[in-house]
Amino acid sequence: MTLRTGSMVGESRAPAAHPVPVAAPKAPKARPKGFDGYWPWLFVLPTLFGVLGFYIWPIIQTGYLSFTETGPFGGEEFIGVDNYQTMLADGNVGQALTNTLVYTIIVLAGIPIALLMANLVNQPGLRFASFYRVLFFMPYIAMPTAVALVWRMIYNGDFGILNWMLSLVGIDGPYWTSTPGFAIVSVGIVGMWASLGFGIIILGAALKNISPEYYEAAQLDGATRWKQFTAITVPLVTPSLFFVTIISVINGFQLFDLLYAIMGQYNPALVQSQSLVYIFYNQAFIQNDKGYAAAIGMLILVVIGIVTFFQFRMQKKWVNYV
Amino acid sequence: MRRITRLAPLALVAALALTSCSASAASEEPITESSEASISYAVWDENQVPALEANIAAFNEIYPNIEVKIDITPWAQYWTKLQTQASGGTLPDVFWMNGPNFQLYAANDQLEPMTNLIDAGDVDPANYVEVLNELYSYDDVQYGMPKDFDTVALWYNKAILAEAGVATPDDTWTWDDFHTAAKTVSDTLADQGVYGVATGLTGGQEGYYNTILQAGGFVLSDDGTTSGYDDPKTIRGLQFWADLIADGSSPSLQQLSDTPHNAWFTSSKTAFFWSGTWSVSELAAASNTLDLNVAPLPQDEKQATVIHGVANVVSANSPNKSAAQAFQAYLGGEEAQTLQAEMGAANPAFIGAGQAFLDSVDHFDLQVFIDEADNYAYPFPVSKDTAAWSTIENELLPQAFSGARTVEDVAGELATRMNEALAKE
Repeated sequence: MTLRTGSMVGESRAPAAHPVPVAAPKAPKARPKGFDGYWPWLFVLPTLFGVLGFYIWPIIQTGYLSFTETGPFGGEEFIGVDNYQTMLADGNVGQALTNTLVYTIIVLAGIPIALLMANLVNQPGLRFASFYRVLFFMPYIAMPTAVALVWRMIYNGDFGILNWMLSLVGIDGPYWTSTPGFAIVSVGIVGMWASLGFGIIILGAALKNISPEYYEAAQLDGATRWKQFTAITVPLVTPSLFFVTIISVINGFQLFDLLYAIMGQYNPALVQSQSLVYIFYNQAFIQNDKGYAAAIGMLILVVIGIVTFFQFRMQKKWVNYV
Repeated sequence: MRRITRLAPLALVAALALTSCSASAASEEPITESSEASISYAVWDENQVPALEANIAAFNEIYPNIEVKIDITPWAQYWTKLQTQASGGTLPDVFWMNGPNFQLYAANDQLEPMTNLIDAGDVDPANYVEVLNELYSYDDVQYGMPKDFDTVALWYNKAILAEAGVATPDDTWTWDDFHTAAKTVSDTLADQGVYGVATGLTGGQEGYYNTILQAGGFVLSDDGTTSGYDDPKTIRGLQFWADLIADGSSPSLQQLSDTPHNAWFTSSKTAFFWSGTWSVSELAAASNTLDLNVAPLPQDEKQATVIHGVANVVSANSPNKSAAQAFQAYLGGEEAQTLQAEMGAANPAFIGAGQAFLDSVDHFDLQVFIDEADNYAYPFPVSKDTAAWSTIENELLPQAFSGARTVEDVAGELATRMNEALAKE
């Protein structure tokens, strides 16, 4: 009734102001500010459908499933927050969260190394510069499983090249991938090594955008190479550093394939070295408890969301946009 | 993640539901030599495909118009994919099934019973190893056509044993004989980095399921409702492995993780290797194959080995059910199973068809596997949701084998958690 009264009021007034049908196209006030017509929506429609259908809808579905108990062949029963209570009581989830953080921090530690190496590769007059860039980038595009198999051999406690080299200097190396504590660090080092190339490419591109005039001016003032690096190079690549940091953190939290392939299925340290996504995989596809797996998936989503939010908040403190 | 996959099958179900109405009516007709159909056959072992293709060619001589398409999915993805297909009602018409997964599918009405084949005389269960018929029966109804079987035996490297001055094993060996022999090898050949025994301890099939049975213990009660891990005899079966690792007769769990057990044996770094029929082709191809042979497992309270085998099953929702069942029955027949054995693909479940398998490698005493199956083989322990408690085994038992905790302590926790999992079934 109220709606009807309202529209009647509108109708009674509208004709007095201006005749609606004719005036509509010429009356921009009738539309919200900044409205550009329907055409832009038409152009983004295909992408929008993709994003809604393949990203947003699955997230909603996962959110729903996390409140259900799923049958082995489909069919869900709503059980409220039981899965989340199980998760809080599950010591493996806390351990996995810690492991995932450790891994992410190790991968992040690779970014300064990537910056230094990008700087070296971009030295003016360096021969075969593109060749080096390709070499450094190769691990990033190689299949994680292939990378993992090679590193498994390097890390092998009895017959690996790493422990052999350590034995030459009198060190008795541990079983890198099967000792709790060592294992996640060993996987982290591989992750760092494999993602160096990505940092080198992105940061290298940023370095090329720095005008040489800054360096010339600094040289005239007598600045050393190191001083130039810290006072000119680093501040001017902070936007790219920020980008690489965000991507590395998100990739770090999604650790699965490297861990899965390096540690192998016979590993006695597996339980102490699982990542969040590994637990998700185990629950969803080995134990077929898709409801609980969905709850772990939501935890991963929330953790990545919070971390990324704080990274964006903190960027004002250290990122310089010229 | 990727929840879209949950919806796509739904759409397919709807489409299939419409089409299958007419199809299922057709499948009521008895199968004849001129029947036309196209069925899918899902398997996980690429090595067996040539033998399966030969089987299909022979099947097509009887039913020329039934087309069978093999769908290979690697083991690592096989069960994930099958479960998704089952959720969407798009299971392959015929597919391989294993023991741990069988009851889950049978109890949820995903499989077609073989009752009509058995009643019609197309299949006689008496032709197959009895334990396998039981493994693939649920509520006294048989669903799976046994395809092959594995038993576990004691592989040994006679060159290493001779060098260490240890006699080769025979069917009189007790646990003590075995342990002494393994320890002697480790001690004598320590400077070469050679150990007594390496065996896979993730999953019990190669190792601790056998020793648990030999000690008189059990993993799962006969009615499938109670864990046996708190039984003192079961604990004794686990202790066997912890002792071997503790005194250096076996490499540590870490060493076995970095270098898998079979690699130790094929590199002549261990004298003994507990493994099953499935290792025959790998060991026959190993560079040290002429040093290797196989003997019955050592005994404790009694002789025992677990037996397991793959079965062919038909989907309950297959639109070409009678063609699928005809193929299932054919694969179980003597002709098909003999051909598989001749091609070295598998040790057939059909009693008497195994001679070709025995002849496939001259220098191995493969008769050991058959004798074990005939005399003291016990079924692989399975329940309705085997994965739920086998994950707990793999999580907890390494702590017992590595010596981090006592075997009693770990086994007690395992029994409690396994009983919780069984109560949910």
